[in-house]
Amino acid sequence: MESYRAKPVLVNTDGRLADNIVYFARALRKAGMRVGPAAVKDAIEAVLAAGIGSREDFYWTLHSVLVNRREDHAVFDEAFRLFWKSRELIEKMISMLSPVAPDHREREKPRAAESRVADAMFEGHRKERPQETREIEIDARLTFSGSEVLRGKDFAQMTAKELADARLAISAMRLPFDLVATRRFRTDPRGRRADPRAMMRSALRTGGDLVLPKFRSPREIHPPLVVLADISGSMSQYTRIFLHFLHALAEKRRRVHTFVFGTRLTNLTRQMRHRDPDEALAEASQAVKDWSGGTRIGDTLREFNRLWSRRVLGQGAVVLLITDGLERDDVAGLSEEMERLHKSCRRLIWLNPLLRFEGFEPRARGVRAMLPHVDEFRPVHNLNTLSDLCASLSDARSRDFDPRLWQGLGSRPAA
Amino acid sequence: MSEVILQPRPAPNSIDETLALLTEADYVADRALATVLFLSLRMKRPLFLEGEAGVGKTEIAKVVASALGRKLIRLQCYEGLDLSSAVYEWNYAAQMIEIRMEEAAGVADRDLMERNVFSEKYLIRRPVLEALTGAEGAAPVFLIDELDRTDEAFEAFLLEILSDFQVTVPELGTIKAEEPPIVIITTNRTREIHDALKRRCLYHWVDYPDAARELEIVRRKVPNANARLSAEVVGFIQKLRDLELFKVPGVAETIDWASALTELDKVALDPGTVSDTIGVLLKYQDDIARIEQGEGRRILNEVKAELAAAE
Repeated sequence: MESYRAKPVLVNTDGRLADNIVYFARALRKAGMRVGPAAVKDAIEAVLAAGIGSREDFYWTLHSVLVNRREDHAVFDEAFRLFWKSRELIEKMISMLSPVAPDHREREKPRAAESRVADAMFEGHRKERPQETREIEIDARLTFSGSEVLRGKDFAQMTAKELADARLAISAMRLPFDLVATRRFRTDPRGRRADPRAMMRSALRTGGDLVLPKFRSPREIHPPLVVLADISGSMSQYTRIFLHFLHALAEKRRRVHTFVFGTRLTNLTRQMRHRDPDEALAEASQAVKDWSGGTRIGDTLREFNRLWSRRVLGQGAVVLLITDGLERDDVAGLSEEMERLHKSCRRLIWLNPLLRFEGFEPRARGVRAMLPHVDEFRPVHNLNTLSDLCASLSDARSRDFDPRLWQGLGSRPAA
Repeated sequence: MSEVILQPRPAPNSIDETLALLTEADYVADRALATVLFLSLRMKRPLFLEGEAGVGKTEIAKVVASALGRKLIRLQCYEGLDLSSAVYEWNYAAQMIEIRMEEAAGVADRDLMERNVFSEKYLIRRPVLEALTGAEGAAPVFLIDELDRTDEAFEAFLLEILSDFQVTVPELGTIKAEEPPIVIITTNRTREIHDALKRRCLYHWVDYPDAARELEIVRRKVPNANARLSAEVVGFIQKLRDLELFKVPGVAETIDWASALTELDKVALDPGTVSDTIGVLLKYQDDIARIEQGEGRRILNEVKAELAAAE
């Protein structure tokens, strides 16, 4: 990096170019992009390497260094437009980079621009924050609607005991089909494949006199786990437990993707990575706009299939679908989307809290549409504690959860 | 396979030169891509290309290699890719023979024996090691294709390679690149790549081209296609990309479709032809059904009307 044929102006790096890029990076950070100090340094180097010829070049130069996720493109675009709004500023910088740069301009101007951008961005943040609405106590269990109700949600803090219990329960949990063999190997004296590399090494220890067989076997890892949890009104009493479960799970395992849906789909994976469960839940609560609203399972699954399935369902992912299956909208679409979901993952496990009621019959149209496309249909007997949830997932006798056991029931005329 | 003699050329000196270089090699790039490519060559940083399948990510690496006269080394990633197939492997069978030969010759010196057995002669170089052996001014282009297919463990290993450009073979010592290779990483985003790796690279999202650029691509890649046909094909596909399909066609599909239609001696699109050849464009049954149910005809009419209005 030290040897680009740089222009002599390089000496001028402590001028306002560097300052401005630092301010710009700070503005991006405030807007929610992750821009570290190293990236800022790189950005300055990149601008010097490219030389600013035009606004467009300058834009793409900064873009290549500061943006490293596609989702950030829009933020960058907007911030760039606001921050480098005054055409003068860029012109000034271009002239600064040319050898005859007169360098006696007042330092205030870029500062003003910076505060403007910061203001603009903070305004956005203020707008985003959902109003803390007092929850109206209507028991929405077993009622369902397709209407979209947007409301905030306040979760009770998690006690230390709950936290300890949650960790314990998660570590005791054994999901079915939870190990996949990789194509990598580990040494294993009882393995069934020869390990030539290890054999060679040990043979040399004796100068080749003794070539002893060594063995290895395929290494097994947990496949990615994708959780799709229903947070609509009819499921609202379980939501807190789910979120705790998901948080504890994300802490324990590396590849967990979390999505929640009511009338829209929200990806909570990043929020759930917060170490502190209360913070994670608070962030999740902010990110989700449709707590305890209606349900549109078909639409949200369609969105998941279209936008996310190819990104998170690779490498033999297991999908955990937590919903009661009470769907208001068009049921025909639901069946197709379930089929697609089923075909794109390794195993689809449906966890239904309604199953715990004696004499549950899959009579709801949504349930009937979804049943043929799941691998396992599991009840949750009591969703008040996390350990119960884990226990119901650990149950190894997956024959008992064959969805076909339930399919016959639903077609019977109602008594 | 006959060895092609490569004449290495130095990296371009400006964004305009980079753009010209790509155009010369029949790659129709936009200014954004030229900028990021230029920076990556200049700053000697890996180029990280992300985008949907079939937008020409891998092609960039091939074009850069041929335009700069460099060797292209390709590491195709897959799940479970490990050290022995990515970096190096010893030729065990030959080593065994060597041991037996030395025994027969009565070599007793263990050090000498080890040096003979673990000599470069028995080292099988895999792509990563190969990429680190470029001479000054002729560093190869190292394409790490579809990185998202491999797992995090390999990614972490790659991190080490990309920061130091050196590999340690315990039996031989450290092998360091005289000049670091031009690294181009592509991913289809079937999985998020870790930030630590992205941070070391220059990132670029390769998007679908706009109509004008796509038309230019068709003109260059399918030179014998009728002008009217090309315009219709591009218009149709551009509209198709606005629909919420499960998998929208990429540039590769555009080129395939244009050449397929040219092979069929078509000079213009008609509903029958679209429905006969739709399999070139769309690969999912749901999408095909949707287009055949009338949306295809609607789009075609729109495209024809727009082209007629433009004339």
